[in-house]
Parts: sequence; C-alpha cells; structure tokens
Amino acid sequence: MSLKAFHIVFVLATLALTLFLTVWAYQEFARTQSSNHLTAAICAAVTSLMVLVYGRFFLKKLKHISYQ
Amino acid sequence: MEIPYTVNARKDTGLYNAKLGIWLFLASEVMLFGALFSAYILLRVGATPGTWPHGLLNVPLGTLNTIVLIVSSVTVVMAWASLKMKQFGKWRMYQGATLVCALIFLVIKSFEYNDKLTHYEVVTKEGDKFHVYDGHLVQEDKDKIVLHPSAHRLYTARAIAYGFGPEPAGAHAAADHGAKEHSDKHELITIQRSTIEHMENYGPKHHAYLAIYFTLTGLHALHVIGGAIVMAFFFGPGAKMWKTNPEQFTNRIEISGLFWHFVDLVWIFLFPVLYLL
Repeated sequence: MSLKAFHIVFVLATLALTLFLTVWAYQEFARTQSSNHLTAAICAAVTSLMVLVYGRFFLKKLKHISYQ
Repeated sequence: MEIPYTVNARKDTGLYNAKLGIWLFLASEVMLFGALFSAYILLRVGATPGTWPHGLLNVPLGTLNTIVLIVSSVTVVMAWASLKMKQFGKWRMYQGATLVCALIFLVIKSFEYNDKLTHYEVVTKEGDKFHVYDGHLVQEDKDKIVLHPSAHRLYTARAIAYGFGPEPAGAHAAADHGAKEHSDKHELITIQRSTIEHMENYGPKHHAYLAIYFTLTGLHALHVIGGAIVMAFFFGPGAKMWKTNPEQFTNRIEISGLFWHFVDLVWIFLFPVLYLL
C-alpha cells in the first residue's frame, strides 16, 4: 500500500472523527445547553464537509500516482 | 556494496524493500498500541462506578492538537507528491510545514503535561478531621502552599477512603461541598505545611487513568519526536540525495510519510477515547 492509499484511509478516519465530534458536541449541547458545545457541533459538521471536499481534491490531484 | 531493491520492487513481494520493512514495523506498532488500548478499556471497565474522570483533559487544546496533526498529514503527503512531480522547492515547503506542525503539537502537549503535573491532591489533618483539597499549585514556601481549586478532579482511592468521593454522603458531603464552593468562587486555598498528611500531583502514579493517559500519550509523543527527527534529517543533510538518486530519495520520503500517517492515525483514535468519552 502506497502513501496515497494510506492517506485515503487516513482521510476516511478523519471524516469518521469529525462526524463523531459533531454528534458528541451536539449531545453535550443537549445536556448542558452550552452555546460553546453548539458552536463546536457546527464547526465539526462544517469540518466534515471540508474533509469530504479535500478527499475529492486529493484524488483528483494525485490521479496519476499509483496506489501500490 | 549496493543495497538491492531500494528503488525497484522485488518480484516476490511486489514492493521495494524499505516499504515492506516499514509495513512490518507498523504491524508491530499496531500490536503495541492495540495492547495499550486494551489496557485502557480494561482499566475503565474495572473502575469503581463514578470514579473514572470526565472533563479532566482540556478538549479545546486536544482538538487543536488533532487539527495540527491532520494538517501535518496533508503536508507530508503533499511533500511526497511534490517529489513525484519533480518539484523539489515545493517539497521543501511542505516538509518544513510538517516539521513546524510536529513542533506545535509537542509544545501544546507539554502545556497539557505541565497542567497535570502542577495539579495536586492534598490531604490535611486538623485536629481529628481530615480534609482533601484539590487544585493547581500556584505558590509554595517552607510554611505553606497555595492551591487554585480545579473545576475537574479525580477521585482517588485515598480521597474516597477519607469520605471525599463522587457520591458525597453525610458529614463528608458537607466538607466536599465546601471544597466545591471554593472551586466555584475561584478562591485560592492556603494550606499550612504542618497540617499536610499527604500531597501528590496528578502524575502517572496518582490514578490508573493518569497512568494510562501518560503511557499512551507519552509513547505517542515519542513517536512524534522520532518521526520529526527523521524528517528533519531529510529536510537538512539527507536532502542532498535528491541530486544523486532522486527515486530513492522519493521512496525515503514515502516511508517517513507512512510512519507519520500511522502516528497521526493513532492520535485520531486516542483523542476521542481520552478526551471525549
């Protein structure tokens, strides 16, 4: 597995983390009603989208480099 | 003597030797960190109900460190891609950015460690009454110490034995409530040294949580330092190989990038486990 393939695995793990962070922060907001947690949930959700956009960009930019 | 398969793949493995080597090494690393994660789970499941800490670690700082490591993974892969596209100047920029990220990560981590190592649990005896105080040491001399009460604390077996547990009851509850009032008002607590029965900081031996926290994050930080040293070598004296053998140099950068990705991936798991759950 090349660095390119491992990076894709890493991006997927990052996406899972940001989604988890969104859910965690929202649950904390529901529990504490703290606006900080709501802001964190929104930021994490936006970051999830950014990770997705980056993943597409990465695949496009490195399409000529092998996965092996 | 020429080392074989530094650039071209072996027919039987389909990989150049260094790549096979790093994957075998990373497999052993998975076992190492896997064992420590298992230890964490067993300690947590086996903890007395209510004593496993929540909110003890600084989530914003942990999140910042996570972002720093994610950015470093992007720069490390872009550095390798730059070499693949024969853009040495861009590689230097991305490699330098990765090193800066590693440094930022370690500085933030050191602040977190310092916060724990200056956080104390102090047991005092005044007359026949025991008190347990908890907070950050802000001042000390030969007669007294001054603590700044913490919003979050651990309940050690010692504190629970003195009646200062997560479920306060009876007379001890009143004492514990008093400690919390201090915490709310951010009033400093002055303690005479002559009344101190026991004083211990939030180091690894203070609580099972801190032991596994320092072991996991310390081992991870050592990996960050190791990876940063290797990448700094490639950034400095090792970079001259680009002129003599660019393919092998590119492969070396890929190997360091694979290691770096593994280190970052470990953090991606460590962060929610230690900071959020």
